Amino acid sequence: MRVELLFWDGCPSYPEARSLLDEVLTTRRIEADVELVEVRTQQEAEELRFPGSPTIRVDGRDVDETGAGSRPALNCRIYRLPDGRVSPVPSREQLEAALP
Amino acid sequence: MTPSTGAATTAPAFELPGVDGATHTLEELAEAPALVLVQSCNHCPYVQAWEGRLKAIQRDYADRGVQLVAINSNDATSHPEDSFEEMRARARSQDFNFRYLLDEEQSVARALGSERTPEVFVYDAGRRLVYHGAIDDSRDESRVETHYLRDALDAVLAGREPAIRETQPVGCTVKWKAA
Repeated sequence: MRVELLFWDGCPSYPEARSLLDEVLTTRRIEADVELVEVRTQQEAEELRFPGSPTIRVDGRDVDETGAGSRPALNCRIYRLPDGRVSPVPSREQLEAALP
Repeated sequence: MTPSTGAATTAPAFELPGVDGATHTLEELAEAPALVLVQSCNHCPYVQAWEGRLKAIQRDYADRGVQLVAINSNDATSHPEDSFEEMRARARSQDFNFRYLLDEEQSVARALGSERTPEVFVYDAGRRLVYHGAIDDSRDESRVETHYLRDALDAVLAGREPAIRETQPVGCTVKWKAA
């Protein structure tokens, strides 16, 4: 299984996303090396179809498919929590649903 | 003692268009005993997470004359979600109860010394900076323990210095125009 965490250093949310991802992987007893991919330029954002930081893909599939097609950009990505609140990181539920 | 970072120690003059169609200035707010300038924008999830709290603060302090002004200085070319049209739409959809102004030249952001959205600057009646930084200590409203902005406003309105004068704002970076 391939788990990628794409991030842009200008957004402060990726350490929180990394911790949450590690926590969910541990809880689910999934051994996976998380590949960290830093996106540095708009050109890289476009090449990687990076809709904002952080973006987490499991076997190439975005954990939040609704936002995956947003315009590639160096910005903080918006996620929706199950209760409707806005968050700069995916919800635990989204991560759990994306993992086997 | 004023907060120590590069934040503007006195409120910068401005003349900016608002989403209400009017042009707004620092002078028109002269009667406010406390002025809150918020470096803001549309697209940032941190701004959106705190928006409701900003509305609540404006509502709760309005009868004491406090004025909260949100200013978007982001480059709308690289971030079209922050265009003036999108600002108008956001203010309508979220029913903003505070001024929401466009700083297209980014001159106010530079004068304030802003780095993040959201980032707040509280000025007293003499427009001296008394608090700079975050709105409170958690993006998650249910986990807030210290209400920095409310505490600063309570202090200013009581004629005291806020106990906490500066915190680190947490949010997106200001989107500067390419040089």
